[in-house]
Amino acid sequence: MFAQQDPNLIQLNSAGQLKHFLTTEGLSRELLTEILDTADSFVDMSAQQVKKVPLLRGKTVVNLFFEASTRTASTFELAAKRLSADVLNLNIKTSSTSKGETLKDTLMTMEAMHSDMFVVRHSDSGAAHYIASQVTPHVAVINAGDGRHAHPTQAMLDMLTIRQHKGDFEPLKVAIVGDILHSRVARSQIHALRTLGAAEIRVIAPTTLLPRHIESLGVKVYTDMNQGLKDVDVVMMLRLQKERMQSALLPSESEFYRLYGLTEEKLKLTHPDSIVMHPGPINRGVEIETSVADGPKSLILKQVTNGIAVRMAVMSMSMSGQMTEHQAQQGGV
Amino acid sequence: MVSGVIKVDNLLNKMTADLATLIKARELENPMMIGIRTGGVWVAEHLHQQLEIQNPLGTLDISFYRDDFSQAGLNPKVQPSVLPSATENRHIILVDDVIMSGRTIRAAMNELFDYGRPASITLVTLLDLNRRQLPIQADVVGDILQLADDEQVKLTGPEPLALEIRKKSNL
Repeated sequence: MFAQQDPNLIQLNSAGQLKHFLTTEGLSRELLTEILDTADSFVDMSAQQVKKVPLLRGKTVVNLFFEASTRTASTFELAAKRLSADVLNLNIKTSSTSKGETLKDTLMTMEAMHSDMFVVRHSDSGAAHYIASQVTPHVAVINAGDGRHAHPTQAMLDMLTIRQHKGDFEPLKVAIVGDILHSRVARSQIHALRTLGAAEIRVIAPTTLLPRHIESLGVKVYTDMNQGLKDVDVVMMLRLQKERMQSALLPSESEFYRLYGLTEEKLKLTHPDSIVMHPGPINRGVEIETSVADGPKSLILKQVTNGIAVRMAVMSMSMSGQMTEHQAQQGGV
Repeated sequence: MVSGVIKVDNLLNKMTADLATLIKARELENPMMIGIRTGGVWVAEHLHQQLEIQNPLGTLDISFYRDDFSQAGLNPKVQPSVLPSATENRHIILVDDVIMSGRTIRAAMNELFDYGRPASITLVTLLDLNRRQLPIQADVVGDILQLADDEQVKLTGPEPLALEIRKKSNL
């Protein structure tokens, strides 16, 4: 785990614009809305014959994945390519003892290749923040998931999907269900939902999969799914992160499914116009029933599509923030 | 400080007549009109209505195609471009409020070509400031305006449309 300071001291430039994207925590409603608006413009780019814009032409984006990922890595790669950047994908496995040193060496090597942006996934919380504090000033860092800490682009693609289907956040009751304890997605979702003004945020999980003091994030806690789902507008399921579980936190997967799996039957408790989301990859029959995952309320594939647009938005906004900061410094402002 | 206001109505009437003549002369069958956000859309709305063009009006936001991204960064108010139908093999009438350096039109044409290969592009602008940096010329122009170095022109709208000449420092 890396030590962290106030993330906005490092992720915003002197004009309050994004120059790294490390966490949704502490970002203003205006900035989150700007990310969603910019992403919306990129969503419509799919109507073009050439699904590419020249914004990052001549820039080099390095995907530094210290932890396995298929979906996130490929959507970041596609997003960078659709912005016309050159993309280098590095999957780096490190031992826990050599992480700090290896990370710095890797960064210096990549910087020597004149990289302009690092997209970082790491199993340690705070890794992206640490990298942002180490890179030379013109390089932007995007957090693609760090430990249990944050997964801000996933949260923002979820927000975009909600906004497309529900419009305004303020009347919404949102339930986040499942492995809250290990979920960086849940934390980023909660911060974003609170900032965007969602009326009520509920977390639903067994006690063993709830972080201590989760209520301090401004959420209502339910250990009974039938109670927690009542009348909610949005159900955000989480993946059971078995790879992060170091002890027996669950009696069995089938028991978890019985109590916390989203079935057709449980879905009837939600608002009639409710929507269902999941960051993927989904474990059918563990977190969600197949008929729900593939059903009319499911927006799981829409989330994937929106993931490209949101990543294009934060990449171009961060690069823009870095460049305008650089211009201001050059001009002596 | 506003140092002058130009009436737009007469310019729009002249442009409507000139564009109608050009469409006929060039035999632009079933043209698609596209306005460049923001001022170009306001001008295009007027021309589209006056010429009774059947296809819905398209709007183009060139923020993602500007050639000064590395200097000016991303426009925080970027909006999606909306084209009502495919551009492939279509006659496009591209409308902007002011042509100055020609860079906006270059960006707009780059974006248009990412939607397909038009049969032709006809360029219409309300004003030409005659300060070109790229070899791009409008086919229909409301008027040519010579500004002093410390002056800028701004189109306000959409209702009513008016052109204001202001001192640069006060914009």
